[in-house]
Amino acid sequence: MKKLAVFKLASCDGCQLTLLDCEDELLSVAANVEIAYFLEASSARGEGPYDLSLVEGSITTPEDLERIRRIRRLSRHLVTIGACATAGGVQALRNLADVGEFASIVYARPGYIQTLDRSTPVSAHVSVDFELRGCPIDRRQLLEVIAALLAGRRPVVPTHSVCIECKARGNPCVLIAHGTPCLGPVTQAGCGALCPAFNRGCFGCFGPMQSPNAAALNARLRAAGMDDEELARVYRTFNVTSFGGSCDA
Amino acid sequence: MEPIVLDTLDPLIEALRERGYAVVGPVVRDGVIRFAELGSAADLPTGWGDEQAPGAYRLRARGELVFGFAASPDAVKRFTHPPRTSLFRMRDGVPERAPVEAPKVAILGVRACDLAALAVQDRVLLGGRYPDEAYRKRRAALFLIAVTCAVPGGTCFCASMGAGPRAVSGFEVALTELSGPHRFLAESGGERGAALLAALPSQPAAAADLEAARAVAEAAAGRMGRRVDLDGVRERLVQQRESPIWNDIATRCLTCANCTMVCPTCFCVTVEDGTDLADGTAERTERWDSCFTLDFTELGGAPVRASGAARYRQWLSHKFSTWVDQFGAYGCVGCGRCITWCPAGIDITEELERLR
Repeated sequence: MKKLAVFKLASCDGCQLTLLDCEDELLSVAANVEIAYFLEASSARGEGPYDLSLVEGSITTPEDLERIRRIRRLSRHLVTIGACATAGGVQALRNLADVGEFASIVYARPGYIQTLDRSTPVSAHVSVDFELRGCPIDRRQLLEVIAALLAGRRPVVPTHSVCIECKARGNPCVLIAHGTPCLGPVTQAGCGALCPAFNRGCFGCFGPMQSPNAAALNARLRAAGMDDEELARVYRTFNVTSFGGSCDA
Repeated sequence: MEPIVLDTLDPLIEALRERGYAVVGPVVRDGVIRFAELGSAADLPTGWGDEQAPGAYRLRARGELVFGFAASPDAVKRFTHPPRTSLFRMRDGVPERAPVEAPKVAILGVRACDLAALAVQDRVLLGGRYPDEAYRKRRAALFLIAVTCAVPGGTCFCASMGAGPRAVSGFEVALTELSGPHRFLAESGGERGAALLAALPSQPAAAADLEAARAVAEAAAGRMGRRVDLDGVRERLVQQRESPIWNDIATRCLTCANCTMVCPTCFCVTVEDGTDLADGTAERTERWDSCFTLDFTELGGAPVRASGAARYRQWLSHKFSTWVDQFGAYGCVGCGRCITWCPAGIDITEELERLR
């Protein structure tokens, strides 16, 4: 039976919790793979090598750098899960500021803190076989990636806009019908258009879609009342490194 | 059957239900007027209208009309050509064809543009060597009750496409809402419609009722928010293949695919294969796709239409030029949905004019 491992770097644990959240499907997963290393579920520490390693979290410390290289060596397939692992996560907001200054304000003895200047995605350091986006990731997409890798096929994870899922689900467009700012047109699908289904605008947690035209959307968002500061904030929150300069466009 | 006059729509809804149909019609929901199952005529959006403009839609309180609004964000294709359907399942290497779900649905309030779009989809999906049998079954399970458009929207141009505002074919029953006193002129479009109307309490239509219905359609035709000049458009789009205008449009186009999702004639799909961890089966599903995605033209690992300009050009040229080559008619019916529901407010009528 193939061996699965779940590892965590700098992150909130929400993405690996998605695996436990599979509930109905969890037994099928457990019946098809040996869950060898998954500290959130069991204190057992099964030895590598692993056929599939799911890695949550970004690289923020020198120790993370060493760990991810070790994990890569032990893993046949390495799949990063969630915005932290694929784009640096919320903690990549440090990339726009001086980490030393943060540490001096937050900690009484900043000298004890060993941290990197930047929060970076796993793919910046080791080769990654597949990146599953989202903050958090989508349960069905996680099951799809596991099922695909077990079957030796390419996962069906479309990279088009959220709008396609939103229309398929039958949501009215919140941007057009309600005037609610929404990043759906520049964001990758995968969540099933969750926020618009509850009359909320998409906040881009799945990162940029395959051919984002943020400049065109920004013209519309400015007309809906967002100023440059708000635009910068919405693009930078979950995917600082991947939406990049979209807010300045 | 001669046209008749109905005072209320409840007996019509009741009669359809007695014939085994789920009756779907426009309702106010989530800030838009859209199709949903009706309990009674009281669920219809009486007194509500809409304001539609490029990239903008708002509900507005408007008079006493039951059907005083333009195209809904839902096209009839949601019923005939659903967003996702299962094609077959493989169990132990043996394929099992997925059963076709074709519920009996009566749609009340279908517009002339929607009927024209159904005719286009019929040609595409039922014509040629490989007709879509699932589409045929779902289509046959529909009972269509058209309504003459009285209040076209700011993005409507069915009159210039020759598709409306009054339905002339493709329906079982066509209604025209009249006021002073409030009533509906009902005409049958076939045997099923005639049988239904014969069972309803009604009066025969007088010459004044017919004249009033004609006036409603004539007034609506004169109030289209947009128009398209079709003269030479098919040839022009071919000649304009290298126009710099495509690049200009691409600076505004989000390639988000909303236009193709709301378009009542767009029919493109992709197929996806999945495997189920629980029972070891594999399934092939069909889902809506769009010529605006990169995957749509991926060949040998790269998309053929990589730029936004190439993808927009493909879409617009297909609707007004190559669709005619393929299917003998335009792929546009002038419903205006792609203009209203484009987050960037790109207006195909304006772009066609610029490509002149």
